[in-house]
Amino acid sequence: MTSDNDRRRGLLARLRGRPVVRSRGRRRLGAAVRLVAALMLAGGAYTLLAPSASAQDNPPLSGAAADGKALFDVSCVTCHGRNAQGVEGRGPSLIGVGAASVEFQVSTGRMPMARQEAQAQRKPEVFSPDEIDQLAAYIQQLGGGPVVPAGDNLHADGNVAVGGELYRINCSQCHAFSGGGGALSSGKYAPSLSPATDRQIYAAMLSGPQNMPVFGDNQITPEQKADIIAYIQQSLKHDSDPGGVFNLGRYGPSTEGVAIFLIGIVALVFTSLWIAGKS
Amino acid sequence: MKRRKFDMAAMPAKTGRAVDERFQVATPLRRLLNKVFPDHWSFLLGEIALFSFIVLLLTGVFLTFFFEPAMTEVIYNGSYAPLRGTPMSAAYASTLDISFDVRGGLIMRQMHHWSALLFMAAIVVHMLRVFFTGAFRKPRETNWIIGSLLFWVGFLAGFTGYSLPDDGLSGTGLRIASAIMLSIPVIGSWVTSSVFNGEFPGTIIISRFFIAHVLLIPGLLVALISVHLGLVFKQKHTQWPGPGRTNGNVVGERMFPRYAIKQGGFFMVVFGVIALMGGLFQINPVWLFGPYEAWVVSAASQPDWYVMFLDGSTRLMPDWEIFIPIGDGYVIPPLFWPTVVLPGILVMLSLFYPFMEARYLKDYRSHNLLQRPRDVPFRTALGMMAITFYVILTLTGANDVIADKFHISLNAMTWAGRIGLLVLPPVAYYLTYRICLGLQQHDREVLAHGVETGIIRRLPDGRFVEVHQPLSSGGEHGELPYAGWVVPKKMNRLGALGPAIRGFFYPIEKPAEAPVSPGHPPVEPRAEREEIGSGDSRRS
Repeated sequence: MTSDNDRRRGLLARLRGRPVVRSRGRRRLGAAVRLVAALMLAGGAYTLLAPSASAQDNPPLSGAAADGKALFDVSCVTCHGRNAQGVEGRGPSLIGVGAASVEFQVSTGRMPMARQEAQAQRKPEVFSPDEIDQLAAYIQQLGGGPVVPAGDNLHADGNVAVGGELYRINCSQCHAFSGGGGALSSGKYAPSLSPATDRQIYAAMLSGPQNMPVFGDNQITPEQKADIIAYIQQSLKHDSDPGGVFNLGRYGPSTEGVAIFLIGIVALVFTSLWIAGKS
Repeated sequence: MKRRKFDMAAMPAKTGRAVDERFQVATPLRRLLNKVFPDHWSFLLGEIALFSFIVLLLTGVFLTFFFEPAMTEVIYNGSYAPLRGTPMSAAYASTLDISFDVRGGLIMRQMHHWSALLFMAAIVVHMLRVFFTGAFRKPRETNWIIGSLLFWVGFLAGFTGYSLPDDGLSGTGLRIASAIMLSIPVIGSWVTSSVFNGEFPGTIIISRFFIAHVLLIPGLLVALISVHLGLVFKQKHTQWPGPGRTNGNVVGERMFPRYAIKQGGFFMVVFGVIALMGGLFQINPVWLFGPYEAWVVSAASQPDWYVMFLDGSTRLMPDWEIFIPIGDGYVIPPLFWPTVVLPGILVMLSLFYPFMEARYLKDYRSHNLLQRPRDVPFRTALGMMAITFYVILTLTGANDVIADKFHISLNAMTWAGRIGLLVLPPVAYYLTYRICLGLQQHDREVLAHGVETGIIRRLPDGRFVEVHQPLSSGGEHGELPYAGWVVPKKMNRLGALGPAIRGFFYPIEKPAEAPVSPGHPPVEPRAEREEIGSGDSRRS
């Protein structure tokens, strides 16, 4: 009866081999074992593959960068978003801006911004130099980017005369001859250079903050950057204004015109009143 | 041995006689020295311009000894370290030498520049005085025209001088000047290439501007100033109306000695103010600007203040290009209207104003008496309208500096200038007109009812009235006619406090006794007051 049944079931059934008659409990046990094995296989594959993919994005942060991330998550995340990926309409992504940009924006107090306006303003800085280094390390490790060379004096071997020429060609359009800054469109402006340190000027040239263009190392070489910084620091800031006690803000003819009326004409009109009063 | 006695007192008379015997100058000189000039503080404003012109000539001559008007390229090797080794024109290098290597050169340069600014400022202030008092009326229209021309010739003198150092700022100004010349239809390109001898900047413009600046323009200025003063002499100075002053006389001081001494003193003061400004206030620090290169344009590049209104009109002009389809097409650039047409209109308006006003008023008589600004409201209001227009343009010429330093949007400044240029002058006209009428009315009121005494009197029926001091004794309503001169409006002006004590540090004369009103006991002598209050420096 069994063999008859076998024949009748045909080729497909015969290929399966001899049917093993198992109890209902054993069949259930086998299915459970197979399910567990499949799950273990999938889970094992996932544990092997998935963590390795995320490890390429996020290697373990260095100590400083981890501290920087902690600061970032408290003070910057509102506008620049989680993992500094930016928030539409609020703050740009910081992936790849580099430590130079962080150093410029945070050490001049521009970041964190007080409010959204035409341009971030310089103000007393919120973070200490160590904290700025930590933030810079974090952003640097996120996506790389330009870095300001080490040291506080970056113009030691700069040539002031060459720097002056480069300054007048590249910088004076916005920052003016005297480094006092100037107006740009719609409330934006080029700030005065007088409070800027060597590192801040260098970082600004590398990162091109706000409306400033980027002056990368292939446009202005590091030596030329040192020349420009030397001109700003040694000539513009320490020019002793040999022309007088008052430099009238070095704004050029506009304040000179004010001075000739407020001082020259006023003094002489009072003199003429005095002389005419003597008769 | 008997010594010949040298009589010092007889010396001037003897010298004078000796000169007169040879040249026969006593009669004309007496006429000259006895010439009478009326006295008022506002008549001294033109002198500020004249005296600063003298300072300009003196300092300018000094500068020509050291300035080299050439565009040949040299390598700077002077004592200003930040530019050492920089290639530049000989003109700029010699300007740096004047500033840093010539003894006293920098203060001479700065005095020259300050006196140039003062010259133009004084011309404008003097012109306003002449305008608002009606001193330009017949017979003095010619002198008004010469004065207006002096402003424009001074303008040219200033601009050529501004261009000479060949620094970054002046080169930018020159570039704009060449663009303005280019914008003139049809002849523009010919004018530019004739002035620059080809394309901007060429190699000869500094030499050409130099000869214009040190010979042609000063020559023209000297000629115009001489005619200007000669006409004042010939036509006599105008005077304010007042007691004893008529259209047919001149009341004042003789040329010699008082007037001449005053003028001499005033010259010293003007010279002193310019010297102080030259020493205390830095002007045009060319060493910061660097040599001019065509690719160097700084933020906040402005012309001197008297050219700034053209810069302002250019900044306000919308970018309206006019395209004329003749042949290949011809374009009139927008720069043409604010920088060629506008100053052209301004020149013509100012030159012909005296004739336009005479025609409008149908007043062709000669006037030697001045008018108070309040008495001719339409002219005063027109003047204020012109001032408002000019000031808006001038401020707009520096609108980037204002925008930057006061944290205003530059775009907002431009639009404020555009709207303000059209709206504010009529507003100024209206306000000035109303103020003039109000002042006139108050003058008439005081003449009719007297000066307010500040004494309140209660009448028997309980009313309070303020007591007025009538100016005339002709009864209750004896109204005085208006004489065109200041009406006293305070009791002090009527002698209520007695005359002021003369003298700068201490009284130079015994104070006069205060006038005594009838019915009051005589005022005690002031000597008593002198002892009261130790440490009070005012000795009266």
